[in-house]
Amino acid sequence: MSDAAPVLQIDRLRLSRIDSGKPRDVLRDICLTLPAGRICALMGVSGAGKSTVLRAVVALEAFDHGMIVVDGVSLHAGPVPREALLRDFRGKVGMVFQQHALFPHLTVRENVTLALIHAAGVSTHQADQTAESLLQSLGVAHRSAAYPTQISGGEAQRVAIARALALDPPLLLMDEPTAALDPARRSALAETLRALAAAGRTLLITTHDIEFAKAAADEVAIMAHGEIVEQGPARRVLEAPAHEATRALLRHERE
Amino acid sequence: MRRGLLLLTVLGIAACGSPGPAEQSRPPAVLRWGGDAEGGAPFVEADPGNPAKVRGFDVDLVEAIANGLGRRAQFTQVAWASIEQSVARGDFDVGMSGLEDRAELRARFAVSLPYYEFREVLAVRPADSLRVRSLADLAGKRVATLGSTMAYRLLLEAQQQHRVVPVSYDDDVHPYTDLLEGRVDAVLLDHVIAERALRRTPGFIIQPAVVARGHYVAVFPHERAALRDSADAVLIARMRDGTLATIFRSWGVWDDEQATYQRQLLARVDSAGGVVDTTSHEAAATSVLAYAPSLLRAAAITLGISVAAMVLAVLLGGAIAAGRIYGNALARGLLTTYVEVVRGTPVLLQLFVLYYGLSAFVKLPALLAAILGLGLNYAAYESEIYRSALQAVPRLQLEAARTLGLSEWQVFRLVRGPQAFRLALAPMTNDFVALLKDSSLVSVITVVELTKQTAIYATNVGSWLVPGLLCATLYLVLSLPLSRLARRLEARWHV
Repeated sequence: MSDAAPVLQIDRLRLSRIDSGKPRDVLRDICLTLPAGRICALMGVSGAGKSTVLRAVVALEAFDHGMIVVDGVSLHAGPVPREALLRDFRGKVGMVFQQHALFPHLTVRENVTLALIHAAGVSTHQADQTAESLLQSLGVAHRSAAYPTQISGGEAQRVAIARALALDPPLLLMDEPTAALDPARRSALAETLRALAAAGRTLLITTHDIEFAKAAADEVAIMAHGEIVEQGPARRVLEAPAHEATRALLRHERE
Repeated sequence: MRRGLLLLTVLGIAACGSPGPAEQSRPPAVLRWGGDAEGGAPFVEADPGNPAKVRGFDVDLVEAIANGLGRRAQFTQVAWASIEQSVARGDFDVGMSGLEDRAELRARFAVSLPYYEFREVLAVRPADSLRVRSLADLAGKRVATLGSTMAYRLLLEAQQQHRVVPVSYDDDVHPYTDLLEGRVDAVLLDHVIAERALRRTPGFIIQPAVVARGHYVAVFPHERAALRDSADAVLIARMRDGTLATIFRSWGVWDDEQATYQRQLLARVDSAGGVVDTTSHEAAATSVLAYAPSLLRAAAITLGISVAAMVLAVLLGGAIAAGRIYGNALARGLLTTYVEVVRGTPVLLQLFVLYYGLSAFVKLPALLAAILGLGLNYAAYESEIYRSALQAVPRLQLEAARTLGLSEWQVFRLVRGPQAFRLALAPMTNDFVALLKDSSLVSVITVVELTKQTAIYATNVGSWLVPGLLCATLYLVLSLPLSRLARRLEARWHV
């Protein structure tokens, strides 16, 4: 553990759901600690629980036991609190959804300024400037007047990143960011994420993509059946897997 | 000349009694006649003893005519304002239901002898009986009557001369109940109707001064002048033998003035070449131009009511939809009940209840009742559109908005609402066009809007063709720009 307080601390997170009459464990004692500037890739086959961890960390999903602390603000077990009680928490975590979920009725710039103006109370002029520089740094400033339906999938992802970063959260979550990208764009994305981390941002990413994880992540956590079964530096875990589930994942992804 | 013709027809009838050689084809054994039994007493009303039958002095008269013609009277129910159109269509042989003699009628139909003279009289509340004696005393006051009648035309003239405010009704009961409730300040109608209303709902005064005189006639199709002449012959014979007086007396509509009128009428029939026409032929041919201002004004009323009702429907519908999605179980239950009750009952009934049914508790002005009635009704439909549109906004959109730190209300206002509105736009436009046309229903609560004004116009000129085309054009002028605007907005939003 580093000296500084961790940006993300997940402590014994547990969640079970009733599935066709029987309780099923979705998450089992998930523990994960990430310091500032760290990129962690959550890996595992579909249904392992990766996305559920992200949804719990961004306070969209309730959990039964454990605790999540982001930059000193904690989420406790039980139902998801009302938005009014999540005010402090919301500014700490940005989320990029797999389908991007841009607002189709707003322009690219308005997608980015929405939270600045309405959640943070920043003036329109200042919000526009912040949005322009964010879009600039992500290489999509030329699309700021376009609507989401008018831009490509790669551009939409960059806009979604800009939107998630608008409130300058210390933690950024990304769900399957490589799903719709060709190889060239994947390495460009890896570079972008490294640049964000270099600036001190902490990232938690779910992915299937082993090459991307090696290129982008500092460490990986392998999930199987709701548990983290193996965790460590990205290259070591992915080149010398210790757990059977990790080996199965590597085999599966190579085929 | 006319007399000679009558004599011939009388002979013809006599001949019909016993089959003669001249008879090529037997006349039909029935005399089909049309009238309105809805609130039509003492003219034509459903017989309380046997609701399948009708009774009234017009019923007795037409039976007397049928008898004289050797036929059996057969009744057809038709709305009063449509009787003349039905006669023109040939739905029956004769229309009779307190139809008023007038020049336009004679131009288009074969009209019988004016068999009864009625007097237009003012009914007022007792407190006003000394102050209000004529139309001139009613400046700025609301005066009720039946639409499309001589009384209504008198009120339109009084509107010009004395600034009287005419209020048109579709039935002859509510003008008097509204007089007692203070919604109108006087009623101008036929003395026959006024006296019957006084027996039914006492409490008002009928002023003795006669505002105008008019005559009831039977109306035959233009090409059936021969049948009309035969019927006139029977009427004259029954006037002479006192049958008509007996009939009128039995219905309580016989008085000295009527006796005088019959004597004068018979004298005119007897005088050589006496054409019995009680209308003045001064009434100028009514042109399209003459009606254009009133049609335009009515179109403005239609548009005003529709826009105001739609604004109410959109605001209330939005609130209902939000309440059904975000509200607790009690609110959801109440709102669902409201929507089901309002959607499941006719808007006509709702307008009646709002205007007449609630008048004991709150006296809504007609225009306000119309806007409220249509608005409350359409709110139920709008709420269903918004509810489904709100539910059609993907959950992921709402989650994305929440992760950005927006409050529930901001998520609704900035993300869910605007996206739902775009989805709701097409069905909303559809509803607004429907509302524009449904607004014609408010004529039942005395608001003269475009369709009602057209009906008045059509009745006066005796044809639906030109008024109908004009009316349709005006509705299209109102609705087409709306559809265009909606299409442009949709094109802009679905970029």
